[in-house]
Amino acid sequence: MELVCPAGNLPSLKAAVDNGADAVYTGFRDDTNARHFAGLNFTASKLADGIRYAKSHGKRVFIAMNTYPRPDGFQRFEQAVDQAADLGVDALICADIGVLDYAARRQPKLNLHLSVQASATNYESLRFYHEHFGIKRAVLPRVLSMSQVEHVIAQSPVEIEVFGFGSLCVMVEGRCILSSYATGRSPNTYGACSPASHVEWIETDTGLDTRLGGVLIQRHPKGENVGYPTLCKGTYRAEGQTYHAIEDPVSLNAMELLPQLAAAGVAAVKIEGRQRSPVYVKQVTRVWREALDAFAKDPSHFAPRPEWTAELAKVSEGAQTTLGPYHRPWQ
Amino acid sequence: MTDTPRPPPVPRPRPYYWPKAQVDDFYAMVADSPAEIVYLGETICAKRNQVRHEDWLQIAERLTAAGKEVVLSTLALLEAESELKRLRALCAQDDYLVEANDLGAVQLLRGRPFAVGHSVNVYNDRTLALLAADGCRRWVLPVELTRDSLAAMQRTRPAGVETEVFAYGRLPLAYSARCFTARARDLPKDDCRDACLDHPDGMVVDTQDDNRFLALNGIQTQSARSMNLLPVLADLRGLGVDILRVSPQSQHTGKVLEVFHRTLTGELEPAAAAAALTPLMPTGPCDGYWHGAAGMDALAAA
Repeated sequence: MELVCPAGNLPSLKAAVDNGADAVYTGFRDDTNARHFAGLNFTASKLADGIRYAKSHGKRVFIAMNTYPRPDGFQRFEQAVDQAADLGVDALICADIGVLDYAARRQPKLNLHLSVQASATNYESLRFYHEHFGIKRAVLPRVLSMSQVEHVIAQSPVEIEVFGFGSLCVMVEGRCILSSYATGRSPNTYGACSPASHVEWIETDTGLDTRLGGVLIQRHPKGENVGYPTLCKGTYRAEGQTYHAIEDPVSLNAMELLPQLAAAGVAAVKIEGRQRSPVYVKQVTRVWREALDAFAKDPSHFAPRPEWTAELAKVSEGAQTTLGPYHRPWQ
Repeated sequence: MTDTPRPPPVPRPRPYYWPKAQVDDFYAMVADSPAEIVYLGETICAKRNQVRHEDWLQIAERLTAAGKEVVLSTLALLEAESELKRLRALCAQDDYLVEANDLGAVQLLRGRPFAVGHSVNVYNDRTLALLAADGCRRWVLPVELTRDSLAAMQRTRPAGVETEVFAYGRLPLAYSARCFTARARDLPKDDCRDACLDHPDGMVVDTQDDNRFLALNGIQTQSARSMNLLPVLADLRGLGVDILRVSPQSQHTGKVLEVFHRTLTGELEPAAAAAALTPLMPTGPCDGYWHGAAGMDALAAA
């Protein structure tokens, strides 16, 4: 099983390569990818450096180009696809049908992966992308249970990558526009969810309020840990209760499922977090490398070691982890 | 189609879970309404079984007899093989056009005429051209896109493809594997006890400072506010929009269709008609997306 790790800059890319990633996924420094944050991502020349570094260590580099261009922005995506091909990346990770069509026709030698942002949750959908664009791999949205993942893989025309660790979208990726409802900017159109430009931190008599686009997301009493105001993880009122009406602020950690993922035929496991620091990339990559190696050596006795779990918990959102959708009762 | 397109109001598939008697009453009302096209079927949750596939076909027959064009809609989120099995049955019939709400459905419909709904991402002309080559005859502008994006799409629209715009109702914002209505009751999704039946317009979620923000409809998240594009009707016409979509609500949908119709015929003036719609909405209006603002903003619709 390939370990695919995130990099939002060159130090993160090197940290991933040095600590055992098989492949590193990156993005250009603009709204062609779904981690379009200030100061993050790669210029073409920095990416060329990164690709050289990874290749000299026998590792692969992917570029995520997984937002949805509107007609007036399409040309920039064409240029980005061509640039990715010129750089010699090992795969381009796309979501939009138009972008995939351009890439498949103009750059036929480029390996195409289907991004999680394409929302392909079933094998009929995967067949569509495979027959039209010859995609080599697809990343599954974080909505399927373990048995559903197994079933998709059994019928899929392409190899499957799944998320193993990181922040958790509770909504089907690529079909969530909560962010633009409050701010005008969504992952699909702008490459960012709950963008920092629209966040406000407001001190009150009782503590701190966090707002997004003016909407109150969280009301923290004094002294409480303050989280980032992501819309789906806010505290709201419904039917007389005040609670996380949509989702608790937890992270995904599917490490204990490694044996089942391997048995199902998962080709690659992905770590979320291109927006995170090089330290995060280093820690998470190292722990997952150890886990994958331990599993390969003795698959029948694999269990996550307590020190791995503790290490990962340190860098998790809300310091809590869940098996998420893989675990049936979550659904 | 006429030379001067007049967008007919169209009820989209009823997104909520209602008892069968209420569904029957609703479509009896639609049969007598000015709507010209009706979308039928369950698009949100396969567990909703008050109205079964055979029941939908009966409703379809009645609406066809009443002179309506009937389109059968598919689930937006396909996870289980049982859902694909039902999807195949729906796509195999050829009495009615099918609206694909997922690329999995498009895959099954390729090579014959089909429509795509707003949960299929068509953000640019190259995407629409490819789907049209596969047989797509009608598409819906993604609800988060602006007037200017629509204008650009219309300039390069392939021949024989109709453009539909979500013109009225609570906006579809997201889908999840989890059921938020069951979550509110602390019930597992597998044993939800039909919790959605208690929320005929979804369950409203307020912020802690009393802003009616979202409506949770099972696995779907909607806006609490209702999109209303009636104030920009002249613009929609000028852009060559063929069809206006009206999303059902448990109350007043007949009146909403009536107001749209009378505005389209010129009997009512758009701004006044839009104001007449506001009291019919469960929470109030929004139209920010059309104008390039946050979706929840109410600009012309205020």
